[in-house]
Amino acid sequence: MEGTRVTDTLTPVLTANWDQPDSFTLAGYSRTGGYKALPRALAMGPDDVIATVKNAVLRGRGGAGFPTGMKWSFIPQNDGKPHYLTVNADESEPGTCKDMPLMMANPHVLIEGIVITCYAIRANHAFIYVRGEVLHVIRRLQYAVAQAYEAGYLGKNILGSGFDLDLVVHAGAGAYICGEETALLTSLEGYRGLPRNRPPFPAVEGLYACPTVINNVESISSVPSIINHGPEWFAGLGTEKSKGFGIFSLSGHVKNPGQYEAPLGITLRELIGLAGGMLRPGHPLKFWTPGGSSTPLLTQEHLDIPLDFEGVGGAGSMLGTRALQIFDDTTCVLRAALRWTEFYQHESCGKCTPCREGTYWLVRAVERLEIGKGNEEDLETILDVGSNIVGRAFCALGDAAPVPITSAIKYFKDEIIQHEKHGGCPFDPAASTAWAV
Amino acid sequence: MPFSEETLARLKADAVEITGRYPKARSALQPLLYLVQSEEGYVSDDGIAFCAAVLGITETEVRGVATFYTMYKHEPAAEYQIGVCTNTTCAIMGGDQIYAELAEKLGGDPHGDGHHDIKSPDGKVAIERLECNAACDYAPVVMVNWEFFDNQTPTSAKELVDDLRAGNPPTPTRGPSRLCTWKQANRILAGFGDGQAADGPSAGHASLVGLKLAKERGWKAPE
Repeated sequence: MEGTRVTDTLTPVLTANWDQPDSFTLAGYSRTGGYKALPRALAMGPDDVIATVKNAVLRGRGGAGFPTGMKWSFIPQNDGKPHYLTVNADESEPGTCKDMPLMMANPHVLIEGIVITCYAIRANHAFIYVRGEVLHVIRRLQYAVAQAYEAGYLGKNILGSGFDLDLVVHAGAGAYICGEETALLTSLEGYRGLPRNRPPFPAVEGLYACPTVINNVESISSVPSIINHGPEWFAGLGTEKSKGFGIFSLSGHVKNPGQYEAPLGITLRELIGLAGGMLRPGHPLKFWTPGGSSTPLLTQEHLDIPLDFEGVGGAGSMLGTRALQIFDDTTCVLRAALRWTEFYQHESCGKCTPCREGTYWLVRAVERLEIGKGNEEDLETILDVGSNIVGRAFCALGDAAPVPITSAIKYFKDEIIQHEKHGGCPFDPAASTAWAV
Repeated sequence: MPFSEETLARLKADAVEITGRYPKARSALQPLLYLVQSEEGYVSDDGIAFCAAVLGITETEVRGVATFYTMYKHEPAAEYQIGVCTNTTCAIMGGDQIYAELAEKLGGDPHGDGHHDIKSPDGKVAIERLECNAACDYAPVVMVNWEFFDNQTPTSAKELVDDLRAGNPPTPTRGPSRLCTWKQANRILAGFGDGQAADGPSAGHASLVGLKLAKERGWKAPE
């Protein structure tokens, strides 16, 4: 493909220093080339920094894939209002587990990215909204921010540039909805985490009704490497419309689950190979999520689709957060789908009726099927309830809620119906555990 | 019981630091709730009144926020809060069995919905179900006071409970050398460090599998 080149299968950039015992310290990060991009960026004009990230075609790594540089360029300039950057570190999408190890092992790459981003969008106050349930990640962030202040990378007149920036680590308090960008802002303002209507978009009226950029941890952390190596370097990795690299998180029934940083476009077949194959011999892949529970399930027939925005989209799902949850044939798809459906019900904020009521009824119907008391009529009910949530809910949580069960019905209708004939779940949950032989 | 004058003075000093972090004071409500929870182990009526007074808002406004988020407790928490992830991946990898066995051990309903904590009579430990805790590559995962205990089994989780009840808190897999109490953990969430950030590994084994493989095979990002 034009503009892309053949690269190694794995391309560690953000993960490259994680095996150093002091990677999370200022000294450790600096020793492996850290904080070299910042003086370069500060020597450029802010608009040139935005143009560089635009030209790299970095697309948001939090799931939606919106071009990061374009998002920055929506911030009005000379408007006389303060601007803010809020890093979405709420990582709570089931299956997603990349940002937490990134901030635990390499918090300074995020901080360097934050300073560069704030310089570009003319913001003097930034926040890392990190989920609360990860104490050691929060310690590492607090420690790294304190070190960055001491070194003059944060605070007044950063590196003599005249640019000031304050950075606050803010711990959330256990609400998946706060990963939704407008709910995150409401939460950060000290209220219940309810989503807001758009427009106005956060770029115009975000935090405290001021222009605000909200970016995922991995997106912002990718910025220093783009400044260091140039936009062509970044755009030379990946595929035609999905440039660069990303962290692919494998979990579930593979031999070596974990984090694999690769150019976008790698396939699940390649990744499972790298992970040492499926967990147990004789138990092949049955279904998987490409990017968390909000992305429709895929099956064996999708092993060779390129894991980029277009490839996964073309297969009827979404790249999402590259959270590859992998399940073998010991797993009941209905059990998996029920648990995810219950999750959306639990996490629905209650603001809008389609989501609040719809998630409740979805759980009732899926539960009936799982215990063997449902029938084909319930499948119709589920699809009907689902279609009454999607597109009618206030935010993306509602759109996602029916996804696990509707995609399970699409590929595994017979198995779901079997539950009724069998008088319950035909699978033995003990056979799916990590310790099952 | 209302806070003593001495406690109140200390909390007020902390509250000044917390509100000072934000352009608008109301943003400090979440960390303030953690602050009062670090004092009493839960968000009491006195804690709510304190937050309301600091921010100049009503107690109802504070309560509305405190009840929205699951990390604020409304009755006294245990010294060690044990969370078993039972979202899909962890559940299937064994989290359901771990939760059931721990619940049974503590005399609770092994198949309960987990919406209420199951607490040991000595108040040392309580278990609850968690949603995805962003450690799926270490499934099944158990959290104690929000520290990672990776790759658990029913046996290891039961030993964990025994050790905690016996007063020998084990070291988290990826975390500090010394496990915090519930109250201490909430102080960190309020933004006050405990000096343990440098403890523990940079990354756990699963976080490093891709990097290790790349190094073995000589794979790199282009220069």
